[in-house]
Amino acid sequence: MAEPTDSRRPTTMLVFLAALASVAALAFLTVDLGPNWSYAVGLRTQKIVALVLVAYAIATSTIVFQTITENRILTPSILGFDAFYILIQTVLAYGFGHLSMSHVDPRILFLLQTGIMVGASVLIYRWMLDGRKRDLQFVALAGLMFGILLRSVSNFLQRVIDPGEFAVLQDRMFASFNLVHADLLGISAVLIGVASLIGWRMRSDLDVLALGRDTAINLGLDYTRAVRVALFLVSVLVSVSTALVGPVTFFGLLVAHLAYRIAGTHRHAFILPAAVFIASTILIAGQFILERLFAFTTSLSIIIEFFGGIVFLFLITRRAA
Amino acid sequence: MSASFAGSIAVKYFIIGICGLAALVLVSLLVGAVTLSPHDLLSGQSEKARLILFSSRVPRTISLVLAGASMAIAGSIMQMLSRNRFVEPGTSGTIESAVFGLLLATLIAPGLPVFAKMLLSVTSALLGTVLFLAVLERAPLRSPLLVPLVGLMLGGVINAAATFIAYRFDVLQSLVGWSTGDFSMVLRGRYELLWVSFVAAVAAYVIADRFTLAGLGQDISSNLGVNYRRTMIVGLGIVALVTASVVATVGAVPFVGLVVPNVVSIAIGDNVRRAVPWTALLGAVFVLGCDIVGRTMIRPYEIPLGSIVGVLGSAIFLLLLKRAASRYG
Repeated sequence: MAEPTDSRRPTTMLVFLAALASVAALAFLTVDLGPNWSYAVGLRTQKIVALVLVAYAIATSTIVFQTITENRILTPSILGFDAFYILIQTVLAYGFGHLSMSHVDPRILFLLQTGIMVGASVLIYRWMLDGRKRDLQFVALAGLMFGILLRSVSNFLQRVIDPGEFAVLQDRMFASFNLVHADLLGISAVLIGVASLIGWRMRSDLDVLALGRDTAINLGLDYTRAVRVALFLVSVLVSVSTALVGPVTFFGLLVAHLAYRIAGTHRHAFILPAAVFIASTILIAGQFILERLFAFTTSLSIIIEFFGGIVFLFLITRRAA
Repeated sequence: MSASFAGSIAVKYFIIGICGLAALVLVSLLVGAVTLSPHDLLSGQSEKARLILFSSRVPRTISLVLAGASMAIAGSIMQMLSRNRFVEPGTSGTIESAVFGLLLATLIAPGLPVFAKMLLSVTSALLGTVLFLAVLERAPLRSPLLVPLVGLMLGGVINAAATFIAYRFDVLQSLVGWSTGDFSMVLRGRYELLWVSFVAAVAAYVIADRFTLAGLGQDISSNLGVNYRRTMIVGLGIVALVTASVVATVGAVPFVGLVVPNVVSIAIGDNVRRAVPWTALLGAVFVLGCDIVGRTMIRPYEIPLGSIVGVLGSAIFLLLLKRAASRYG
């Protein structure tokens, strides 16, 4: 069955998805503004920017990662990338004592953490190479377990270093959807911008990479370099999203699969933006519904984990057939 | 080597193991926010020491031994029934379902006595485990690693549902409490439920052979004269009972049911009759040891048991996984 060669259908689809995301954003911004509207608009704009950045980071990193690892089930967060970020954050913040909490600019800490993440991606790269030789279920199980280990170690360290204020510090240090770290928005936008430029330039490389390692090399792609750049992108993007809203294990998986289904093409020039629009729509609409309908009693990430977990269960049991 | 000779060596090691446990029990009685001396223990002179000992240390130590031994046995029952080394209450959605049941019981009928809440939790744990088996049934090819993977995911989904409900009704604190094993709140009168789980675990020892047979599958086990369905239900029922009573009294204690039976099997093989006492003993030693570490590391504060078991358990799980992978290539 031939792919449609003209790009009309995917383009229409992209326009539609973009419109959907805009509607969600507009609704989030304007519905129920109240008398003090200028204040509310400012606050909501900031929140939308954060959600879009997170959506962008998670969607892009997941798809790029799935392309270079040639699978559609594993994602960076299933393999424990964001748990790793939290561990680095714990070690740095507590390791320097509380001085770092109050005196060091959070943006500098953030850059430092991102730097370490990128460095560690070399290790993860080796693990991934191993992974391609092993079977998927082994890698998935080991990755999940690794994530649990990293989270347990973080939790353990947090308690050892400050047992009295464990809960308070945990709330203040680690972000969530209800507690977006707004002071990092600017620097996150810059990082994402740079990453996007690189990513957009290698969109065709990604199409080639998706054909598999051997084919890609045969077609004349500098495979090692392309994968390294892609991994660099992934680690930066994961750092951004985890720093802004904390770990969200299954969102990437959910979004990537919706994008594969809806985009109707294998070309990354379409899949990537489609995924970003879908992710933005889900996050903004989800936050809208939660804030206004459920009056904020639930965190968005819980609902995402619920549905994402079911999708993962479905994929992994079907894949085994 | 004759069987009786091998047997006597096994008995000798077992006695050494018991002595090790006894030593840990002694340490556990003395160590904590307030350190008691052996003299306090023997003389019983000091009123304060006696109060600490009998209302806190003794109950705590007993509950650690009971919880450790019975969780380890629960894990090994699950491994026998599923013939999979990586299944335990924490990797099959059983713990999460037990927590879920406890949450529902607390929300629907807050006035119920603890025992009644636990019964609801047992039912929920059993249903959760059956759901786990049903999901597995759907997957046509049962790779050994798929089983714990599905269980972990299912646990995550159930946990997300529980967290959602807990958020809505503002009982997140209780949920976190049930999800993390912590023995620092154990006092006399608040832990006795654990005896129930221990009795269930001992009952499991009596009929352990049947679990092994049931693990061979419906056809073979029926051929050998074992009622497959009944054995499965009894086995899973015991697992649910143990898990729910541990969750209801001290919170979830994951990984013990996985790590301990695997270590025992590596050390002495798969003979269930011989393995079960060892599993119980090592389970108690493991949990007791972890708790003592948690009590002494940042005195006078404590690190909850769940936190320490989480680190050690997941690390050992990874080692076991690596071992299994290198064996099967």
